[in-house]
Amino acid sequence: MQEPAIEVRSLRKSFRKRNGFMKSSRLWAIDDVSFTVAEGETYGLLGPNGSGKSSLIRILSTLLIADSGCVKLLGHSLPAEQERVRQIIGRVSVDAAFYKKLSARENLLYTALLYGQKAKDAEIRALEILERLGLEGTKFSTPLEEMSRGMQQKISIARALVVNPPLLLLDEPTTGLDPKSRRDVQTFLEELRASEGTTILLTTHDMAEAERLCARIGFLAHGKLVAEGTAADLMKHAQADTLDDAFIKLTGEELADEEEVAVEG
Amino acid sequence: MEIVMRQTWAFLFRGYHLTRRYISWVVVFNFYAVVTSATVALIGVAAGDYQLTLTLVVGALLWNYLSWLYQEIAMSIAYERWEGTLEYTFMAPVSRLVHLLGVSLYSLLNAIVTSVIVLLGLMLLTNLNLRGANLFGVFVVLAVSTLAFVGLGLIAAIFPVMSAERGAEATHIFQGSLLLVSGVYYPIEVLPKWLQPLSAISPATYTLSACRKLFGVGNPASTAEHLAGAPLSSVGSELLILALMGAVLMPVGLWIFLRVEEWAKRAGKLKRTG
Repeated sequence: MQEPAIEVRSLRKSFRKRNGFMKSSRLWAIDDVSFTVAEGETYGLLGPNGSGKSSLIRILSTLLIADSGCVKLLGHSLPAEQERVRQIIGRVSVDAAFYKKLSARENLLYTALLYGQKAKDAEIRALEILERLGLEGTKFSTPLEEMSRGMQQKISIARALVVNPPLLLLDEPTTGLDPKSRRDVQTFLEELRASEGTTILLTTHDMAEAERLCARIGFLAHGKLVAEGTAADLMKHAQADTLDDAFIKLTGEELADEEEVAVEG
Repeated sequence: MEIVMRQTWAFLFRGYHLTRRYISWVVVFNFYAVVTSATVALIGVAAGDYQLTLTLVVGALLWNYLSWLYQEIAMSIAYERWEGTLEYTFMAPVSRLVHLLGVSLYSLLNAIVTSVIVLLGLMLLTNLNLRGANLFGVFVVLAVSTLAFVGLGLIAAIFPVMSAERGAEATHIFQGSLLLVSGVYYPIEVLPKWLQPLSAISPATYTLSACRKLFGVGNPASTAEHLAGAPLSSVGSELLILALMGAVLMPVGLWIFLRVEEWAKRAGKLKRTG
């Protein structure tokens, strides 16, 4: 049997929250979460803000160390093999963090060099990716601070892909994008999975996006994975007509819930 | 090896382009460094005391070099936190040793350029004459003390990892303390007795002491026309102490940084700030 690309077993992560002088309490951002993602599969994690999605992505990205549980990416355990894991993952976060004064070219080449790639090869690949994302080549030399949020997010996706990772961790990659940019990104991700067989873990608030892109979906609420399956399975299980209704029935929450529960998003 | 070279180059590439984009700020900082150094050195000129002028010039020059080196390394993490890019650097498959050496190398280049600009500014504003100074010896002392200051920079870089804002504040407090106790502009003996022992653990104390001898400061044979710089052999003890400090501080700095990085990953402290 083929080993899953992503294997998460009994994962737990908590944060301390100060409650006044010398007082603190423990908040569970991720509470006994288990799931697997097959190679080449796109798996969606849906949950409101504070449900633990970003913490989960950050653990998989080697930026956060779990309290307990097992995480394996393409057979490499975390945190023990974090050096190896860093070579096989690309991450896009909700906030497109860049050197805003630098151009797209300079930001992307910096990333490629950090990954030990040749600048010339990386430049060719970056231009190809940006073209497929619907960004004009002329934008390559434009400082990020002069770009719209949508353009910046496309550069962010290009940054994750310029190093050609077999595993892509996308943390709300289309949040805040206009409909055209959102569609461009979604189409690109579909093409990427078809052409390169990239395994994708996607967190999103957008039910339509999850239905379109994800072979399977997990519902995350208060750090727990309360249900998982195909969109059809989840709707059938919840006896709901839409994925939105299924989410509400199975988690008791609305995705639009903006309340920040945990210290970590 | 080729990959490590490219990864190291990444930090020089980034630094070069950031400097290019922030060039007006670079000009301002260098102008300020020249002016503050000159205003200190001119105190000696006003007193009509060439030895005092030279003491102050050497202090200003070396402090610019060492503090710039230390500050750039220590603050590199704070800059990345403010930009939000620290997570991406930490996610990249680059060892922390290569990461911090790349940052240090760029800081070193920056420190050298700034020191040369300050030196030229001081020569222009104070009629400084370096004939007779053992400049080769000064170069050797600076090269050896660079290791110790890189080590200090690595240790100070942990503060912005722990807390972006408070960390930046802490690095400046640390830097200010070094300025106070190292005898940059005055003999250590004028410090309160309880403060003087701290000067012994600052690498800047030995760098300044050695460089002043090599420039000929305090040597009665030194005149405004010709300095009587000491030979390199006369600063052997300072060089040995600086080499030992570098050999201890660099690996200790890296070790502490790695421990704090792990702590930050457990506590969830790496998120963007600013």
